[in-house]
Amino acid sequence: MKYTEEHEWLRVEDDVVVVGITEHAATQLGDVVFVELPEPGTTVSKDDEIVVIESVKAASDILAPVDGEIVEVNEALVDNPALVNEDPLGDAWFFKMKVEDLSALDDFMDEEAYKAFIE
Amino acid sequence: MKGTHMSELKRTGLYDLHIELGAKMVPFAGYEMPVQYPLGVMKEHLHCRAQAGLFDVSHMGQVILRPKSGDVADAALALEALVPVALLELQEGRQRYAMFTNDEGGILDDLMVANRGDHLFLVVNAACKEADIAHLRANLSDSCEIEEITDRALLALQGPAAEAALGALVPGGVAGMKFMDVAVLASGFGDLWISRSGYTGEDGFEISVAADRAESLARALLESEAVEPIGLGARDSLRLEAGLCLYGNDIDETTSPVEAALSWAIQKARRAGGAREGGFPGAGRILKELAEGPARLRVGLRPEGRAPMRAHTALYADAEGGAPIGEVTSGAFGPSIEGPMSMGYVPAALAAEGTTIYGEVRGKRLPATVTALPFRPSTFKR
Repeated sequence: MKYTEEHEWLRVEDDVVVVGITEHAATQLGDVVFVELPEPGTTVSKDDEIVVIESVKAASDILAPVDGEIVEVNEALVDNPALVNEDPLGDAWFFKMKVEDLSALDDFMDEEAYKAFIE
Repeated sequence: MKGTHMSELKRTGLYDLHIELGAKMVPFAGYEMPVQYPLGVMKEHLHCRAQAGLFDVSHMGQVILRPKSGDVADAALALEALVPVALLELQEGRQRYAMFTNDEGGILDDLMVANRGDHLFLVVNAACKEADIAHLRANLSDSCEIEEITDRALLALQGPAAEAALGALVPGGVAGMKFMDVAVLASGFGDLWISRSGYTGEDGFEISVAADRAESLARALLESEAVEPIGLGARDSLRLEAGLCLYGNDIDETTSPVEAALSWAIQKARRAGGAREGGFPGAGRILKELAEGPARLRVGLRPEGRAPMRAHTALYADAEGGAPIGEVTSGAFGPSIEGPMSMGYVPAALAAEGTTIYGEVRGKRLPATVTALPFRPSTFKR
């Protein structure tokens, strides 16, 4: 598992990258009440704002961590945004991306580095 | 945090208790206040509606207006020169909502006024309290002593279990009080200045208590299974569901009470043809708007879907084109109504319930329906 400075986690499953937000991010956001997801098939560039999350406090975005194509989104979050707070590292993944070059993930933090980053 | 350092902020007498309870503290109106506790905004909101919530509102201003003549009617008449509200008819032991207006008919602050027999007791907003007290001193010093109460904390206990939780600490209980009644009741925490009112749409109480007894009263209330501490986050979603204005957001120096849909607070005696018609700042504009209707009105809005339309969202008459017709002044997700809700100002022609207008969220115009306020029926004990 890799982590970004934007508090996203990235997990490689077969040849796609699954993206969600960390427990730290979910806690900071507070209760999530609205999630807007991209269309599967969308081609995205690193740092594109592709997901909107609204919590009881404010709106925020999830950025594309790397270049790639959105292949699947987690529609369950649209109906039940609270899942983001309940299981941020598991059921509340946001989208899956097909990435040309998985080595692009090497630059991101590992768990230890991320833990140090949020302290 | 907009350049505000925590070290410059004031603390209420319950600061240590908030920290002990795990509150996240934020700057608010010059104070370091709890925005949420470990329960979180959503659960705090729902708990307050289901059982009872305890709020620290000690940052608000408490002011006594004592008539030099000894006759409370003189204080009432004096204060009527600053508010469009009838206070001469306010009976002893009763409280009324009011607003200080300016010469342009805008709102300087909103407040509660209680008749406590030989004086009036006012509760004003934290951010406005210094200006309010200066305003009272500048205008009412001939007839009244104006005393800011700085040695008392203010707690709010709101929700269906509030009566039982507070009643257990006050001999004889508080069940005899009705909505907007006020009383001074003896307790193990000294005299409590209690009003049956609040800012959530729930039945409940606001309790002024000697500062050095406030923490023990708060702890005693929290000992009740039914009572949880509630932060500013849930306070905001609770008041918005109840259709209540937040000063500085929904009402300010540019909005008249009529535009703000607060005409209900302007009694007959102060209106055209009333016993004490006008005689408050901005009466020209306010009486004209009462007679002819205002150009714009504060309305409730229910956005379609789940995306909240937050404050300053631009509002449009149509899905495409045209200039903005107004903007959202408060907007959030309503945990009890399980959907987004907003309030804002729209032209009178578009203020009818059921009208569809559009709010621009992230570059997209999304439909919202003009809706009666409150979004959730209030449960006051009338």
